[in-house]
Amino acid sequence: MTKRTGSIGDTLTLLSLRGWAFIVFAFIFAPIVSMAAFSFNADRFPSLPWAGFSLTWYEQVFADPMIRRGLVNSLLVALAVAPLSTAIGFLAAYVDHRFQFVGKRLYMALASLPPTVPVVIMGVAMLTFQGRIGLSGTLFGIIAAHVVISAPFAMVLIRMRLAELGPDIEAAAWNLGAGPWATLREVVIPFCAPAILASIFITAAVSFDEFMIAWFISGQNETLPVRVLALLQGQVSPRINAIGTLVFTTSMLLVILAQALAFRSKAGRR
Amino acid sequence: MSVTILELDGLSKSFDKQSAVSDVSISVQKGEFIALMGPSGCGKTTTLRMIAGLDAPTEGQIRIWGRDVSQDAPWRRDTPLVWQSYALFPFMSVRRNVEFGLKQRGMIAKDRTVKADEWLERMGIAAFAERMPHQLSGGQRQRVALARALATEPELLLLDEPLSALDPHLKVSMQTELVRLHRELGITFVCVTHSHSEAFAMADRVVIMDKGTVQQIGAPQQIHRRADNRFVAEFLGASNILDVKVLYADASGVAADSAIGRLSTQAPALKPVQVGEALSLVVAMDRVEIARSLSGAVNQVPGRIAMMEVMGASITAIVETEGGVTLRSQLSSRDIESNPLAVGDTVVASWDPASAYFVAH
Repeated sequence: MTKRTGSIGDTLTLLSLRGWAFIVFAFIFAPIVSMAAFSFNADRFPSLPWAGFSLTWYEQVFADPMIRRGLVNSLLVALAVAPLSTAIGFLAAYVDHRFQFVGKRLYMALASLPPTVPVVIMGVAMLTFQGRIGLSGTLFGIIAAHVVISAPFAMVLIRMRLAELGPDIEAAAWNLGAGPWATLREVVIPFCAPAILASIFITAAVSFDEFMIAWFISGQNETLPVRVLALLQGQVSPRINAIGTLVFTTSMLLVILAQALAFRSKAGRR
Repeated sequence: MSVTILELDGLSKSFDKQSAVSDVSISVQKGEFIALMGPSGCGKTTTLRMIAGLDAPTEGQIRIWGRDVSQDAPWRRDTPLVWQSYALFPFMSVRRNVEFGLKQRGMIAKDRTVKADEWLERMGIAAFAERMPHQLSGGQRQRVALARALATEPELLLLDEPLSALDPHLKVSMQTELVRLHRELGITFVCVTHSHSEAFAMADRVVIMDKGTVQQIGAPQQIHRRADNRFVAEFLGASNILDVKVLYADASGVAADSAIGRLSTQAPALKPVQVGEALSLVVAMDRVEIARSLSGAVNQVPGRIAMMEVMGASITAIVETEGGVTLRSQLSSRDIESNPLAVGDTVVASWDPASAYFVAH
């Protein structure tokens, strides 16, 4: 059967499937779209009719020193977390790929554990632990906590790429006179480059969005999501829409970049 | 002439107590083309990997130019390998693949590009220098793999099933090319293959392995003329192998009793045989002649043609004998023209006693 032939029944099925997909996506994206739309609304209340285009809320967001500081904190943390957790994730994945050892399954289970721990528990644990070692309330504390939860994402991404490396490629490098370090530098890392970049973006996004743990341990050094909650608790302001749109756009951009890199690396080979 | 470049001395390897290679000793001369051949799982690839240092021997030594290298890391040996999977670096251009070994030896960028391009030229793939491996055909990848392995001008080249991933029509031309390359370079090739046509066509000497041990080492013609044991004769698949019992043996030959009557050879047995001992008689299929009637000579077996197998220019007549044993006779199409045969014909199969021999059962 070719695509062209088909009864009215087939057409109806196709149409209703499309309709269903549309409804699902609308349900998911409607709040985000309306948030973005109202962030440009001149009226201070999020209601129709639309009162006209305005950048007031964005101006106010950027004029607020607390929000600015939150944004800067979030960016600094994400900037530090992305390379750190990617490096740790890479090493964890490479150890799994390269070596056979007793307790390897336990090692892999432990390495992938952090994102499965409920964030509230993780937040409380981080707060008590970091409070003891005097790290609580500092940006370093948030960075450390975010590295813990985002490194497993990096590990999974890079591990998938390493699985495509094939058993002969590294051995071929050794065979041609490259020692283990030269092989890592000239063969393994370049081969994993797309996954490494993708994981830099993903871990940045994970950190940039993360609220719960940051809320527990950030103290005076609020990150942007923590500041948003503080704002929400005080008043309902259209500035929230503006911040939300900014955060959403940033995260989406990072995730899309990561996806594009991961996809391109798959399509390019073989 | 004969200078030993590579010596395997009592080489053994077990994986998790499972023996893969046991007590393999081979001595390879400089400039020789050696083929390691055997069924899958016979240990030929493990032997090759041990020479390259990719698997560590459990016992024994590997000496290159007399020096024991069995404890050396793979990157400290000069034993480039042409992989069955080619194992080209997928994210590097063809040229950078070929440059890789040179770079590891500290050659500066300009020189290694010149060198790499020379090899690409020589292998006839200079036009693909900028391409990525996935943009090449199998035959082209094979040439890149060869250029990459040869770029550092090694004295010893290892090849793991170099032709198995190629299309049939490419196999033959690449086979010729490997032989030409070997002759031109004058270096030593150690090649693993499961195909005896490949091994016999290319190698100066063939090592036949089974279950991790060496079964026979020799020049192709020599092995073809006389297998050392029943496994080799069966593996080569070109002989009739008959179960016999020795009647008497002396310096001029052996006579034995079989299901198809009394058979004899003029070649003396390799090892002393006892009267009454059970042995296998090996007769190459192309040595078995077909006649219409008995002539009174030795080794004459009457039978009936059960089947005629046509394989290109050669035809195998399958003769069912009165003793219930099947004999195969390989004939050329010219033989058939001068002496037409058909299924169901009553015939006499025979062979010259000088061309048959006994091996252990």
